[in-house]
Amino acid sequence: MPDINWSQQLLNGLFAGSAYALFAVGYTLIFGVLDILNLAHQAIYMLGAFCALVLVTGNVAGLGPLPGGMQLPFWLATLLAMLVAGLLGILLDRLAFAPLRKRPDTHFSGMISSIAVALIFEALATWLFLPQRSQFPAGTIRPGAVTLGQGALSYSRVLVIVAALVLVVLLTVLLRFTKLGKAIRAVAENPKAARLLGINVEAIYSFSFFLSSALGGAAGIFYGLAVSRLDPTMGRSVELKGLAVIILGGMGSVPGAVLGGYLLGLTEVLSVALTNTSNYRDAIAFVLLFLILVLRPSGLLGARRVREA
Amino acid sequence: MFGESVRQLMAINALLALSIYLTLACGQLSLANAAFMGIGAYLGAVLTLNAGWPFWAVIVAAVIVPMLVAVLVGLPSLRLRGVFLAIATLGLGEVLRVVIVNLRATGGAEGISSIPVKTHDWHLALALAVALYLTWRLRGSRMGYAFEAIREDETVARTMGINTTRYKLIAFVLSAALAGLAGVLKAHLFRAITPGDYGFVQAVDILTFAVVGGSASFLGPALGAVLLTALPELLRSNVLRDVVNFEAGWQTLFLNGVILLLVILFLPNGLVSLFTRQWRRPTPLASEPATVEAT
Amino acid sequence: MTLLRVEGLTRRFGGVVAVDDVSFTVGAGEIVGLIGPNGAGKTTVINLLTGLLRPSSGQIEFNGARLDSLTPHRIARAGVARTYQNIRLFRGLSALDNVIVGTHLRTRASFAARLAFAPAVRREEAEARETARALLARVNLGQREAARATSLPYGEQRRLEIARALAAQPELLLLDEPAAGMNPAEMDVLIALIRSLRDEGQTILLIEHNMQVVMGVCDRIVVLNFGRKIAEGTPAEISRDKDVITAYLGEEE
Ligand SMILES: Nc1ncnc2c1ncn2[C@@H]1O[C@H](COP(=O)(O)OP(=O)(O)O)[C@@H](O)[C@H]1O
Ligand SMILES: [Mg+2]
Repeated sequence: MPDINWSQQLLNGLFAGSAYALFAVGYTLIFGVLDILNLAHQAIYMLGAFCALVLVTGNVAGLGPLPGGMQLPFWLATLLAMLVAGLLGILLDRLAFAPLRKRPDTHFSGMISSIAVALIFEALATWLFLPQRSQFPAGTIRPGAVTLGQGALSYSRVLVIVAALVLVVLLTVLLRFTKLGKAIRAVAENPKAARLLGINVEAIYSFSFFLSSALGGAAGIFYGLAVSRLDPTMGRSVELKGLAVIILGGMGSVPGAVLGGYLLGLTEVLSVALTNTSNYRDAIAFVLLFLILVLRPSGLLGARRVREA
Repeated sequence: MFGESVRQLMAINALLALSIYLTLACGQLSLANAAFMGIGAYLGAVLTLNAGWPFWAVIVAAVIVPMLVAVLVGLPSLRLRGVFLAIATLGLGEVLRVVIVNLRATGGAEGISSIPVKTHDWHLALALAVALYLTWRLRGSRMGYAFEAIREDETVARTMGINTTRYKLIAFVLSAALAGLAGVLKAHLFRAITPGDYGFVQAVDILTFAVVGGSASFLGPALGAVLLTALPELLRSNVLRDVVNFEAGWQTLFLNGVILLLVILFLPNGLVSLFTRQWRRPTPLASEPATVEAT
Repeated sequence: MTLLRVEGLTRRFGGVVAVDDVSFTVGAGEIVGLIGPNGAGKTTVINLLTGLLRPSSGQIEFNGARLDSLTPHRIARAGVARTYQNIRLFRGLSALDNVIVGTHLRTRASFAARLAFAPAVRREEAEARETARALLARVNLGQREAARATSLPYGEQRRLEIARALAAQPELLLLDEPAAGMNPAEMDVLIALIRSLRDEGQTILLIEHNMQVVMGVCDRIVVLNFGRKIAEGTPAEISRDKDVITAYLGEEE
């Protein structure tokens, strides 16, 4: 048995889990409300990160400096980039999902049109930011680390954990206790009934996309800062694991996505520590995904039917 | 008008498009084709290089093994409804990638280069002819009608005595066979393979062929594959070279996205629907989740 | 001879008991009506009979064998075919192709044989096509072969669904509100069709709201209300039954 630094593993697991959870809550929200799989969520995640980068550096790699040369502090850049990501989400809905809502095969065609939009977003990002990696400039966040026992985690990674906590709590409060949240849940439950209750269902759809995408953008920003790496395909690797996370937690369930995220993050870290190799780490998510789909398809906290009885 | 390798790639991609057509024809949105292609390619390369099998035997193995995997994977997962099958099959592809990266025989993340060229044009022509024949004879057959019924309404199909599990499995297994075939032929044509060649990107490419061409008949996916393979070449042709620089890569990606979006929004039955009888549209892309409340 | 025997059939959805301890039989060659107000549980009975739903308790016996744990396609193979209250035709297929799908249980040609252009396959396909044509003619849709199923008027879609079900040559035909939404002329055609089926000895379980249709063709009638059987008898008996009149007829007239 290798000598394992458990506190370090715990910190690593929390970091990975927070990153997954933050990506997955927005992903699963759209599934819960609209019953569709939004495969462009990863592209919004990536664009959110780049948008914050542009605001911090005042520079677009493929085009040059922004006019005015304005450079914003990180926190302000993050808020603005989340806003932009949210608006991109609304655009995405109008472009890829809204026109297909009435189709009999709307789930499939919507999934495919979201792939199309993801390709377009990725192409634009490649053009604007070049295919190679970028990163937030040194000093965007204070260097240094938090220590726990024998483990240490850099501030930028701790920020991911904190951001995930704060945003998930805010989202939960919004969904549980506000009028808007109640309307969202009513639409998720039954759009027809919600319409009869006088809820503007289309507006709720737009707002859900805004919310989901703003969260997705935030996930991209904080993760990109933590691993100091941004590139136009950064969303792809997290996309499939994010799928595993929301299946694990139960499609459409926000608490499920959080639980699934941490479960996956900790399981991965644990497997690496115990087997002393990271070779099979990336397969864990998908083995879990497959097992859950076959054995308990509604996920850990979900109630939705996903297969024929 | 196209270079040799483009023509060869058209044939391979047409095979892959027909592979996904088989599952779509039965209403199943499976994205496992890339993974089955990878199994065919890797198995073929290893058998050629390490075991010295003759090419015909390599091909047979690269067709049969994906079929066996398809039975194993299909039995539990074909019960999944709607997009969940797509998700499960995507997961399969990722597991396969990780396994390939970690096996010694498969050359890890670098993959295998220097596979001898054994695929000749007549192999491609024959494979494509077989695939086209298979999918052409499907229409109007008892099995073809069963596929169409499942695609239109799985619940009704069941109450009409159609063993939907069996037919879905047959579609999945035949689809795996064609994908394995495409994989082994491509590996012995372009000589180098890496685990990344058979992931999400390839899966989406294959789906795009079928959607852009149109999956209501077998001609659509084949046409889609040919057109989309030719597209980057056409854009690189002399006429356009001065206008935009299509070498950069992002333009091709962009154009693929735009074409896919336009087709799904405005031509739900794909480009072939421009030439076919009007009332046949809209055929569902895949069957929506079956409903029990069979009122 | 009893073809179908239903014993203590019960189905719950959460707290709702949609079908509550229902028993009845259908004899070979009989036309039995199943009536009751909306929500009485009629469609649920049909879903249970065709295996789309599992009973919470109770038994279904068909030709002496238990049906209640079989999958839908096995039940169909055993000789049960149905139509749907909300028409469920194969939308993208022509009228003729819809009926050809219905012949699935009456054909057996393998795909391999078809690949080899086996003459037997061609013969069987020609026969299936002829059967389907004859059935379309039978339900007065002879001129509609090539029309897309969902382009047909409502009454014709209902008859097309019946033709599709008949293509399986079922021993028991379940019709779920075949007259719903029909105009009087279409209804006359339907009544004539059901009568001619009866004359050929076809066994039918008929769910219907329209009293003209029910009284005109049924040998016996079973009445459900809130999931329970409240009456059973000949059309004449049922039209005099007090419970039925208050529960059902009173509401309608
Ligand atoms: N799949 C189902 N899930 C939940 N409740 C159902 C389902 N199917 C039917 N019900 C309920 O069972 C009752 C009987 O419905 P149904 O059989 O359709 O009545 P009928 O056909 O006589 O109008 C109704 O209260 C209905 O809401
Ligand atoms: Mg009913």
